[in-house]
Amino acid sequence: MDFLYARSWDEALAAKADRPDAVPISGGTDLMVDINFDRRRPAALLDLNGIDELTAWERVDGHLRIGAAVPYTRIIAELGGLVPGLAIASRTVGSPQIRNRGTLAGNLATASPAGDALPPLVVADASVEIASTRGARTVAVPDFFLGPKRSVLEPDELIRAVLVPIADGPEQFAKVGTRNAMVISVCSFALALHPDRRRVAGCIGSAGPTVLPTPDAEQFLEGELAERGLWESRGELDDAVATRFGELAGAHARPIDDVRGTADYRRHAVGVLARRTLRWTWDEYRGGHR
Amino acid sequence: MRLTFEVNGVRQEADDVWPGESLLYVLRERMGLPGTKNACEQGECGSCSVYLDGALVCACLVAAPQAQGRTVRTVEGLAGADGGLDPIQQAFLDTGAVQCGFCTPGLIVTTHDLLERNPAPADVEIREALAGNLCRCTGYEKILDAVRLAADRKAGR
Ligand SMILES: Cc1cc2nc3c(=O)[nH]c(=O)nc-3n(C[C@H](O)[C@H](O)[C@H](O)COP(=O)(O)OP(=O)(O)OC[C@H]3O[C@@H](n4cnc5c(N)ncnc54)[C@H](O)[C@@H]3O)c2cc1C
Repeated sequence: MDFLYARSWDEALAAKADRPDAVPISGGTDLMVDINFDRRRPAALLDLNGIDELTAWERVDGHLRIGAAVPYTRIIAELGGLVPGLAIASRTVGSPQIRNRGTLAGNLATASPAGDALPPLVVADASVEIASTRGARTVAVPDFFLGPKRSVLEPDELIRAVLVPIADGPEQFAKVGTRNAMVISVCSFALALHPDRRRVAGCIGSAGPTVLPTPDAEQFLEGELAERGLWESRGELDDAVATRFGELAGAHARPIDDVRGTADYRRHAVGVLARRTLRWTWDEYRGGHR
Repeated sequence: MRLTFEVNGVRQEADDVWPGESLLYVLRERMGLPGTKNACEQGECGSCSVYLDGALVCACLVAAPQAQGRTVRTVEGLAGADGGLDPIQQAFLDTGAVQCGFCTPGLIVTTHDLLERNPAPADVEIREALAGNLCRCTGYEKILDAVRLAADRKAGR
């Protein structure tokens, strides 16, 4: 096994073009488990830790451009006010040790349906900045995944940054697990309200081959909110509406039975999480959030 | 490959490191620092918690070559130069927060990190900070006592 160091982004792209079989390593919290247990034996590792620009974030227009290797700890501490859904989800990842190392690029490239950063990125309309020596491209987060553990990344490509629109309304995230910490999601749900656009966005995690947006639930709720003039009045939301939203969201789940939970349980729990996150975000909106 | 990095204030070298080796392996097997424990090798148990450039990490999840030129602090580096125990180590002894002792070094480094960031943590903050460190003997109550006692002593209470 070779170990390749890159001191700059251009060096990293050149190294990846030269050695497409080199596997990038950032926080190592996914990759090292596989190496320790002999499940993966890459021909080479390409260390991204030495590239300063990957651990920086900046505001660009209405967006945050979060460097690929900004760890969860810093997303929580520095970006909670700007991208609250992502920060809430980041706080549920692993433990302090894992959050100090784990990164968005690692969560994306691993492409696990249980990646906790993924649903909040989807509902915030985030996209992934990808590059190689051939050029750069930007891919919307839902289009980044081809299936479980499969993404659109080509062998010579690296993730450079994640572009997240700054929240224009309340955002929430919730997950079900067997403990209050250190758990891989049994299922999860992220919700964002976009009052300016009269939009609602939901996304399911860990209950399908990839993260799953919930268009039927969104359309139903947008219709109810418009019909009842609730965006303008910031009035109370009927229980029946919240419950129906949960049911419709749950119907978008495509779960499997596995050690962490049965498909039926997951579908039900997604509905509960959708209803709860709707309650929380709507209460925030009523409380005057924007 | 040859690696050079600083451990507990001392420049250390390791030769013939396999690039996929973990920092944990290099510390224990190549640098003779067995205080950092090896248990799960998947980041779940926290027994191998160390500081890497000041950040608390699981040494089992850092590829050793990633530590090249960086600074590592292990449980061996917490005691004073005269061998006197750190107040956190003393608090773990005084409260009986140690049974088999295997998880203790990781818990002590993690507690050290918590009290550096938050000298007077509330119980929920202690629980959140220690969530990545498993103990299979004590049931955690004595460990929580130790953290509270250490915080009080460090604050001179
Ligand atoms: C104990 C433990 C608990 C965990 N808990 C959670 C949890 O609660 N929720 C959750 O979602 N995840 C969890 N994880 C998984 C992991 O921490 C996350 O997926 C994390 O985001 C991975 O980031 P990383 O930088 O450590 O990735 P790495 O391990 O460095 O890399 C992971 C993959 O991404 C690729 N990669 C990394 N950076 C780039 C880049 N810039 N461009 C292209 N490819 C790249 C690597 O080649 C590799 O294939 C946990 C892991 C452990 C060990």
